[in-house]
Amino acid sequence: MDIHEYQAKELLSNFGVVVPQGALAYSPEQAAYRAREMGGERWVVKAQIHAGGRGKAGGVKVCNSDVEIQVATENMFGRKLVTHQTGPEGKGIYRVYVEAAVPIDREIYLGFVLDRTSQRVMIVASAEGGMEIEDISANRPDSIVRATVEPAVGLQEFQCREIAFKLGVEAGMVQQMVRTLQGCFRAFTELDATMVEINPLVITGDNRIMALDAKMTFDGNALFRHPQISELRDKSQEDPRESRAADRGLSYVGLDGNIGCIVNGAGLAMATMDTIMLAGGAPANFLDIGGGATPERVAKAFRLVLSDSKVEAILVNIFAGINRCDWVAEGVVQALREVEVNVPVIVRLAGTNVEEGQKILAQSGLPLIRATTLMEAAERAVGAWKSDLEQSTKVRAVR
Amino acid sequence: MSIYLDRNTKVLVQGITGKMARFHTKDMIAYGTNVVGGVVPGKAGETVEGVPVFNTMKEAVAQTGAEATLVFVPPPFAADSIMEAADAGIRYCVCITDGIPAQDMIRVKRYMYRYPKERRMVLTGPNCAGTISPGKAMLGIMPGHIYLQGNVGIVGRSGTLGYEAAAQLKERGIGISTSVGIGGDPINGSSFRDILEQFENDSETHIICMIGEIGGPQEAEAAEYIRDHVTKPVVAYVAGLTAPKGRTMGHAGAIISAFGESASEKVEILTAAGVTVAANPAVIGETIANVMQ
Repeated sequence: MDIHEYQAKELLSNFGVVVPQGALAYSPEQAAYRAREMGGERWVVKAQIHAGGRGKAGGVKVCNSDVEIQVATENMFGRKLVTHQTGPEGKGIYRVYVEAAVPIDREIYLGFVLDRTSQRVMIVASAEGGMEIEDISANRPDSIVRATVEPAVGLQEFQCREIAFKLGVEAGMVQQMVRTLQGCFRAFTELDATMVEINPLVITGDNRIMALDAKMTFDGNALFRHPQISELRDKSQEDPRESRAADRGLSYVGLDGNIGCIVNGAGLAMATMDTIMLAGGAPANFLDIGGGATPERVAKAFRLVLSDSKVEAILVNIFAGINRCDWVAEGVVQALREVEVNVPVIVRLAGTNVEEGQKILAQSGLPLIRATTLMEAAERAVGAWKSDLEQSTKVRAVR
Repeated sequence: MSIYLDRNTKVLVQGITGKMARFHTKDMIAYGTNVVGGVVPGKAGETVEGVPVFNTMKEAVAQTGAEATLVFVPPPFAADSIMEAADAGIRYCVCITDGIPAQDMIRVKRYMYRYPKERRMVLTGPNCAGTISPGKAMLGIMPGHIYLQGNVGIVGRSGTLGYEAAAQLKERGIGISTSVGIGGDPINGSSFRDILEQFENDSETHIICMIGEIGGPQEAEAAEYIRDHVTKPVVAYVAGLTAPKGRTMGHAGAIISAFGESASEKVEILTAAGVTVAANPAVIGETIANVMQ
C-alpha cells in the first residue's frame, strides 16, 4: 500500500528524521493561507499523488509569494497529473503540500528495500541524489553504496557511519546521518514497510540533513497490526476497479485486452493470460479468486470483470484443490442467473469434484461454452469473441 | 526414494481444529499420509479425524515422534508456529498460510539458522499448495488423484499451475516422484535452487520440471545452479509473459521490479543455462514427454 509524501514525512519525523516545515492544503486559498501562516519568503508547493516524477510533469512549483502559490495550485487542484510512473490516465490532484524552501548544498539518494536475494532489509544509497535510482544504476553504478541488516540485531551504528563516510558526509555531520538512517530503519521495521525512499536527502547550506521528499510503501499482509497505517489509504489514487476488488478480497489488475479472466491461483491466472495471447487474443484483466472461493466470491468476480466495458468474452479457468469444482460451478450458475451477461462465457473446470461441477453446469441450462484443457479454453474464448464480434458487426451492417 | 516425504513420515498438523485444516487432514489421511496428531494451544485432549491434539509442538513431537508438520495457522500467528516447529526438532515443515508479513518471514529464516545444519528444519512455502510424493504421502491441499507415481520431480511457485502440469503428465501416463510448492511470497523457506539440489540427489527423480513466474531472483539463481551442478534434464515454464511491469500479480512476490525479473528475461536466462523451456502452459506435459524420449 502506498501513501502520500506528506504522510510519509509525518511518520518518518516521528522516528527522528528531520523534514522541512510544511502543511497540507485542500484548496488554492488554503494553500496560500498555509504559506502566510508558516511565514518565510520561498515555498515549494507539491501535488500529492501516489507516483514519482512529479517535478518534470509540473507537479512541483517553487513560489515566492502567497499570490504565486494561489495561481500555481489553481492549476493543480482537480487536474490529472501524468508522470512517467502514472500511465497515460494520470492521477488526480486533490491535496497539495506547501513546504518552506531550504537552501540545498548536496543531494543524496537513500532507499530501504526488502532484498529478495539476501532475504533481508537492504540500504541503498548514493551521493548522486535527485536522479532516480534506475538512472543512477545505469549511469553511476560506482556511486551506489549498499548494506544489509542482520535481522537478529538490527541496523548497527558502524554500518551507518560506513555509509555516511562512503557518501562523503563531513565528519561533523556523521552523527546526524546516523540518526537519519536509524530513524528510517526503525520506521521501516516497526511499521512493516516494504520500501522507504528519500530522494533527495539533502545537506542544507546551514549544515542540516533533511528529507526533501519521502516515499513509503507498506506490506499489505501486515496492515492488520497497523490500523493507523490502513487509515492513510487514499482510494482517489487507486484504479476504481482494483479498489473494489481489493475490498472484496479479490486480487485484480486491469489490462488492455478484451477477454475477461476469472481464475484461481496467481500462477494459473498469469498462465491463462499468456495462453489467451498465444491463441491470438488479449486478456482484459488478471483476476485470482484465491483459495476457498465460495459461490458468492465467484459471483462477485463476474460482476467485477463485467464492469469493464472492454470485455467481450469471459474465460473461467478453475483447477480446484482447496476450492472444489462443485462450489465453483454453483458460483458460475448463481452469478449468471443474477448478473446480466451479454458476452460468451467459456468455463474450464478441473481437479477436485470435477464431475459434480460439470454436472451442475450441464444441468443449469445456461448457454455456457465448456472446455477441458487450458489451450482449448483459450482457443474457444478467442473464437467466441471473434464470432461474437462478426455477428455484432453484421447486425450493425443490417441496421 | 522421493524427497522430504514417504509412506512412513510421521506428520503433525498445526492449527488442525480449523475448518479447512480438518477438511485437508481427512484428505491427507485418506491418501495414506501418516498423520499422527495436531497442535492447537489450549485444545489438548481433543481428537480430529481420529488423531490426538496437543497444546505444544514439543509435547506433540515427544508423544508421537513426528518428523514433519503442516502449518495451517492464520497469518498473524503463522511465523510463531513455524519457529515452534523448528524448535521442537521437526525435520520438514510445509506452510500453507497465505498472507504472512514479509518481516515475520525474515525473522523466521533468521531463527531457523540458529540450529546447526544437521538439526536445521527445512521449510517449504509459505503461500503454497504443499508437497506430495504420489502413492506415498501428501502434505498439503492438492487434489491427490491428479498425480501419478513416477520419475518427474516438479518444483513450482504456483499451486494450481503445478496441478495443471501434473494433470497434463497424467494424461500422457507420466508420473511424478515428488512435487514441491515453494510458494508465491517474496521471502520463502526454500528456493528453486534448494529443491533442485534435492532432486539432483534423488535416485527416483530422472527429470525435473520447474515452474517459475515473474518477480525475484530465484529463477536466475536456479539457472546458474543448473548450468554448474545439475546433470538431469530440466524443463521449465515461466508464467507472466503478459504481466505489466511494476504491478503485483496476486502473489506478493509476483512483481517485476528489477532487470531480469520479467518472464521473457527469465526464459532467456534459463534457456542459456541449457533448460528446455515450454512455450506455453498447455504444452508443459508434451515438452516433458519429448525430453524424456
